[in-house]
Amino acid sequence: MLHLVLFLVFGAICVAGAINLLAQTHPISSALSLVVVMASLAVEYLLLGAEFVAVVQVIVYAGAVMVLFVFVIMLLNAGREERTQGSRIATILGIPGVLAGGLLVAWALLERSDTGAVGLGSLPGYPKTIGGLLFHEFLLPFEVTSILVLIAIMGAVVLASKPGTRTPPAGKES
Amino acid sequence: MVPVSYYLILSGILFTCGVIGFLIKRNIITIFMSIELMLNGVNLSFVALAAHWQKLNGQVFVFFVMVVAAAEAAVGLAIIIEVYRTRETLNVDQVNLLKL
Amino acid sequence: MLSLPIFLVASLVKIVLVILILLTAVAYTVWLERKVVGHIQNRWGPTRVGPFGLLQPLADGIKFLVKEDLTPPHVYKPLFIAAPMIAVVCALSSIAVIPFGTTVTLLGYQIPLEITDVNTGLLVILGITSVGVYGVALAGWSSNSKYSLLGGLRASAQMVSYEICLGLSLVGVLIVAGSFSLREIVDAQRGHFWGFLPKWNILYGGQIIAFFIYLTAAYAETNRIPFDLPEAETELVAGYHTEYSAMKFAMFFMAEYANMITVACLATLLFLGGWHGPVFGPPLLQAILPVIWFVAKVFVFLFLYIWVRGTLPRFRYDQLMAFGWKFLFPLAIANVVVTALIVAYRSSL
Repeated sequence: MLHLVLFLVFGAICVAGAINLLAQTHPISSALSLVVVMASLAVEYLLLGAEFVAVVQVIVYAGAVMVLFVFVIMLLNAGREERTQGSRIATILGIPGVLAGGLLVAWALLERSDTGAVGLGSLPGYPKTIGGLLFHEFLLPFEVTSILVLIAIMGAVVLASKPGTRTPPAGKES
Repeated sequence: MVPVSYYLILSGILFTCGVIGFLIKRNIITIFMSIELMLNGVNLSFVALAAHWQKLNGQVFVFFVMVVAAAEAAVGLAIIIEVYRTRETLNVDQVNLLKL
Repeated sequence: MLSLPIFLVASLVKIVLVILILLTAVAYTVWLERKVVGHIQNRWGPTRVGPFGLLQPLADGIKFLVKEDLTPPHVYKPLFIAAPMIAVVCALSSIAVIPFGTTVTLLGYQIPLEITDVNTGLLVILGITSVGVYGVALAGWSSNSKYSLLGGLRASAQMVSYEICLGLSLVGVLIVAGSFSLREIVDAQRGHFWGFLPKWNILYGGQIIAFFIYLTAAYAETNRIPFDLPEAETELVAGYHTEYSAMKFAMFFMAEYANMITVACLATLLFLGGWHGPVFGPPLLQAILPVIWFVAKVFVFLFLYIWVRGTLPRFRYDQLMAFGWKFLFPLAIANVVVTALIVAYRSSL
């Protein structure tokens, strides 16, 4: 009972945040709605027992990635969006189309699924066990993602640096 | 006891909102945020089904999704800054020529 | 285990007590800072209001309440009002997972001296600190003025960079202790080695370098000298809180000092053995002495904070970021690697 009530409350906050992200015109309001969605998703993870994942969601996603988004919005001084003809067509055609597609997929999946119910905190995700999995079974994806992050860092540093400080490729000197 | 299908429905709603945002929004940064919303919906699916099958692999995979999302956000925002510097606009409709 | 009504009553009492003590501690940390910095600068500090100026925080509080709370017309109102609230809420809520002492037996019930003990307590504090960056960033942006925007951008970039060094310096402690729960980390520092030296993480756990990285990163996280460029008066007027007055400014002020106290409590728990110290005497004294040791160690930290504030000049912004990324970050990683190697070697013996 408690599980259902908490799930519904935080699920409602998630959906409200997601719809607010679509409805707002200023990017900063959309960014803050997304932070609210991520925070309530962290609570949903806690309800399923994934405590480590929930905390990492708050630290990494809501506390670092979204700060980066807010930072860029502040830096570029993004203003309100305007409604152009393209966006009007996209809204009129897009929303019903995606809703229809989504409902179809959801109905198809739920019709045939045989999943049961889960209790409150049913699969405790202790840091120790997750760490063990990360370093034993999932060692290769772990190392590959670390290289991915390194490449992303290098790419971001090069792209965001001032144009004059980049060295041109060697073929240009002639 | 909450049925796993409820979690999957919530995940589907978040994903659908992300796709709608991706299609109807015209500001590059908001489009990026819709992508992040889609990734969050998928993360919820992973954790819910991990609880259903009682295997922690789902929760471990959420880490990888988060790492990839963070890396993509970093590079994507750097590209956005670069686009803003050259085109002076954040509206996707106005970034429609290969050459300035 | 306590029954539900007893648990709720005990938690409520603990919450009220901790909030009152924390707010009083914030007020008197301000007093302590003014006195100590005054004496470092060869002057008295507050002396007029009450004996030794001890009622100065009361006078400051009344001033903040009575002053006109001006909201400039050009600000983005929702975020302008919400930003100090975010800062204060995050600063005050991270005290919820910090344990102050051992479990006391009161009226026949075993009551642990903390509001809650979660398995991932350390990560919860890091998470709340991460969310606290929004208070600063949104304050800078919503004030709609160039000093505030620059101050807010610089402050949030600085806080995000040094958060990483903070977290990495704590990984060494986690490897030595083997758990994220703050109570278990403190319990792992029980006892003595070589007869009289306590088994604190800074000595026996070998985390002396991690301690200094943590200290430096903590100064940067809480925006204190030598890292307080984003809010320095001589540089950016007042940085992100330029446009704030009276109660909203008081909220930022409280948030900064509450963050200082939380960071000091965390350093005590993780590096200096928490509440472990000589315990003697009748059972009532034995229950209170750990708390007294804890408070004494936190006080040492706060004094160190204020001493550094009175002594060092501030870093320039690019020096600050270079120091964080090019020196502290590799040093913290090296500390993690060396600690992991030593712990693995010791456990394989």
